[in-house]
Amino acid sequence: MSKELMKGNEAIGEAAIRAGCKLFFGYPITPSTEIVEYLSKHLPKAGGTLLQGEDEVASINMCYGAASTGARVMTASSSPGFSLKQEGMSYLAATELPVVVVNVTRTGPGLGGLGPTQADYFQCTKGGGHGGYRQIVLAPSKGQELYDFTMEAFDLADKYRTPVVILSDGFLGQMMEPVELKKRPKAELPAKDWAVGGCKGRAKRKVANYALTNEIGEANNLHLEAKYAEMKDSLQRWEAFQAEDAEYLIVGYGTCGRIAKSAVLKARKQGLKVGLIRPITLWPFPEEAFANLDGVKGILTVELNFGQMVEDVKLAVECRAPVYLHNRLGGMLPSENEILRKLGQVFDLAVEV
Amino acid sequence: MQRVFGRPKGLTELPFHYCPGCTHGVIHRLIGEVLEELDIIGDTIGVAPVGCAGFSLDFFACDFVGAAHGRAQAVATGIKRALPDKLVFTYQGDGDIAAIGTAHAIHVAARGEKITSIMVNNAVFGMTGGQMAPTTIGGQITTTSPYGRDCSLVGAPIDMPKTVATLNGAVYVAACSVDTPKNIMETKKCLKKAFQVQQAGLGYALVSILSTCPTNWGLSPADSLKWLRENMMPVYEMGELKVAEEVKAL
Repeated sequence: MSKELMKGNEAIGEAAIRAGCKLFFGYPITPSTEIVEYLSKHLPKAGGTLLQGEDEVASINMCYGAASTGARVMTASSSPGFSLKQEGMSYLAATELPVVVVNVTRTGPGLGGLGPTQADYFQCTKGGGHGGYRQIVLAPSKGQELYDFTMEAFDLADKYRTPVVILSDGFLGQMMEPVELKKRPKAELPAKDWAVGGCKGRAKRKVANYALTNEIGEANNLHLEAKYAEMKDSLQRWEAFQAEDAEYLIVGYGTCGRIAKSAVLKARKQGLKVGLIRPITLWPFPEEAFANLDGVKGILTVELNFGQMVEDVKLAVECRAPVYLHNRLGGMLPSENEILRKLGQVFDLAVEV
Repeated sequence: MQRVFGRPKGLTELPFHYCPGCTHGVIHRLIGEVLEELDIIGDTIGVAPVGCAGFSLDFFACDFVGAAHGRAQAVATGIKRALPDKLVFTYQGDGDIAAIGTAHAIHVAARGEKITSIMVNNAVFGMTGGQMAPTTIGGQITTTSPYGRDCSLVGAPIDMPKTVATLNGAVYVAACSVDTPKNIMETKKCLKKAFQVQQAGLGYALVSILSTCPTNWGLSPADSLKWLRENMMPVYEMGELKVAEEVKAL
């Protein structure tokens, strides 16, 4: 197993190849571009196919076509491009096709800038497209996780027949870090006995979701809801850091999770009982991380948006502890001192920064 | 008793539910016959659009994928790139291919994507109730052009096959009609060639077929055919618009 210094975006590309991704369809957009560039260079050599679509809409629909044959397929984009993919995402969810979609976010709304942001949380976790659906959302916070989560995303997509989103940002995508190039773990996955590919020797198959009668429409929705409920039961994932005896919890994912960890270490040095909950699955949101709040006096959520995940935190906390938000916007990052200052301010603590 | 006529094997047993006089049924049958005659039913994957033709995924005997509105050709691209040895075709209306899906229609042709597209042009959006399409002809009354299409305001109709024929990757483009038995026979020849082009891996093939929509045109089936001949045929260039050298050799 080798370790290499790679950009976060390159780690995603390499993990996809090693996870058996055979097709990639994408359209370049900063700060995700190195993914399509890396795969343009390396995927054909690995026996796969990369096609640069005419736009993001085409690219996600090419993924839809390839996924319907049972192939492992991925696309990647950044926020405005990810918006364009939402139509396709809704269809992928409806037809239960396994696809991995990477969103290396840029700021918004609109065209925005290239700095790190978490403003696509709602779009990714609440169903950015029409019709009401869910998709697995994984939030890496370092190069190694970009690699590991991308690799695992293909298995999760196949296991649950669902789109899986890797939610990264410009900071993680562009930063170079050492990445251990692990082999694909063995996973027991269901047979793709639904895939099209020519009906020779078997009955005709179709991948479609036309439901013009209300009865069929309801049945389809209930089927998906049952699947989502199962995913909620079995998939919640988070990192708890010095949280066992914590009186105050900081909640942050991705880039914020990293910074918050430094804030926790600094607070602990001052004898403050501060811990971190870092959600790894943003959907399903790790509500279980907040099941036991004995001794927790307050929670501070740190986000790079107007406050989106804080709603899920509040739902999970169910008013058992006060929940506050510290946020930065438009590509700005909070410093660890800034987080500690806010912690001191909202919970009336003596914090040295 | 000798059976002289039956349902082609390329079609399922499901009865068509298209409106009386609509020529989707004729075109379905022709494709079904071509699939059978070329013996490719088991190796073909069709892509259905949104609109009336969206139901085609139940009528053809081969595997089928239902696409979002306008996206059939992007979906077909994904299927073909995943399974280059299979035959992939899209069956789309004019709204699908000449309005919302124009970008994809241009780019599959530009790429020379080895798929076959069938465009059914009835000059309106059918399923939504007869609204103006990019293919609606000048002066034609639709629910969204109630005073007749005014080309000075909304532009002239797009001749999609003619446009696609200008692109290098399109090696076979034909504009057909199913208004008469003779034209039906011609259309079948063109459809067959469009699949053979794909079998030979030569590039992109498009067959556009003028079709009727008696329900939305407010005409009888017979009058619809007359209207098609008198109003659509003069606007749209007919015949084999592009036959690349390598296709001629087929």
